Amino acid sequence: MQKSDCMKSILNYSSLSKKYIMALAGVFLMSFLVIHLAINLCLLRDDGGEWFNAAAHFMGTNYIIKFFEIFLFAGIIIHVLIGVVLQVKNWMSRPVAYKSGNKSTTSFFSKYMIYTGAVVFIFFIIHFMNFYFMKMGWVETTFKIRGEEPNFYLVAQALFSNTNYSILYIVLITILGFHLNHAFQSAFQSLGINHPTYTPFIKTFATFYSILIVVGFNIIPLFFLFFKA
Amino acid sequence: MDLTLEIWRQENPKAKGKFETYKVQNISPDCSFLEMLDILNESLIDKVQLPINFDHDCREGICGMCSLYINGRPHGPDNEVTTCQLHMRKFKDGDTITIEPWRSKAFPIIKDLMINRNAFDQIIQAGGYISVTTGGVPDANSIPINRNDAELAMDASACIGCGACVSACKNASAMLFVAAKVSQFALLPQGKIEAKDRVKAMVAKMDELGFGNCSNTFACEAECPKKISVSNIARMNREFLCANIS
Repeated sequence: MQKSDCMKSILNYSSLSKKYIMALAGVFLMSFLVIHLAINLCLLRDDGGEWFNAAAHFMGTNYIIKFFEIFLFAGIIIHVLIGVVLQVKNWMSRPVAYKSGNKSTTSFFSKYMIYTGAVVFIFFIIHFMNFYFMKMGWVETTFKIRGEEPNFYLVAQALFSNTNYSILYIVLITILGFHLNHAFQSAFQSLGINHPTYTPFIKTFATFYSILIVVGFNIIPLFFLFFKA
Repeated sequence: MDLTLEIWRQENPKAKGKFETYKVQNISPDCSFLEMLDILNESLIDKVQLPINFDHDCREGICGMCSLYINGRPHGPDNEVTTCQLHMRKFKDGDTITIEPWRSKAFPIIKDLMINRNAFDQIIQAGGYISVTTGGVPDANSIPINRNDAELAMDASACIGCGACVSACKNASAMLFVAAKVSQFALLPQGKIEAKDRVKAMVAKMDELGFGNCSNTFACEAECPKKISVSNIARMNREFLCANIS
């Protein structure tokens, strides 16, 4: 299929179909974040990066993981692409804005999903340039294990020892948390799951999940800044 | 009460509109919002000026015709009421009130604050009905209906199609309206027969007419004068998914 045909077919999907795809891709990305967090927490072990590098090596060489990597990239691209398509339609649906703004009661984070999403996407690009490009050998590094594959523990240590980078990382991860807080519960609603008993639990869990991600990821730069610098 | 009103004036659908400022004096706090506009219009007519066009019909909160966006909220600062049920005691003496029409690509302005909500009629015409052949009146209890489903269907059918959901939604989405209409039939045995075709046709028409997408901010539910629940949107999402995969 040509690229233009692919784009046209996405545009022709109904609004609800786009939301299902958005939600499914989002749920997949959110589940991956938990695995990513578990690996990142290995950085806190005082073992010279043995566990973290072993996990990075496993993620980079295991064929099952490599297979799922295709879905991961597809998930990110689809989520971003459909998110932009939906947002453009939303902007076009109200060509004239209200003078008096919108004072309706809504959840705070839900109103800024496209903006927090854009920030998260920029963060992904920075993150990919720092780690994934290095893994693929597209970016050279002096931090190597036995002069061969990159020593990601030392790469992470070098980055997190930089105060400016760490502050930027903490801010971006916190914005990711804002995005996830609404995204988690919104995905269930988009997939048609709304129940008087389970929905309050899903909303509470969404808050718990977003806090877990923010605290879990941010504890690492703080650890390197205050205990390893 | 003495008030300053900033009101959107637009000569016709193609004209460039603008806000104009009016002063109204000695308004009773017990006066309804539309009565206050009637008083303003009478004073404008006395001055040989064009009165302000705004939609209204029953003035009892059931027809869904009134449609004003008042100080940043559809139907104004009160909850669960239409503009005709809004009273001036909800404002303070000396307040400035900004009055705008519903803003949506799918609801073009006819004149001033009056909008064309024909898009909702088109969505209903696409499938918001049940096809029944004529004949004798069936016995009311011949088809057993679960009590809970009957209540939920009744709640969904309370939608008066005023468009406050579209107005409040940051995406000008009609999802709550369509979901209420889909749900009221999907929950009942008479409506289940055409449920799949109905939801597909109504969603397709909604998309075609230029309404935005739902981003689950739930401003629609917060501003709905009939408190239609967003659980109806989830039900529509389920109905649409099932209709397309089965």
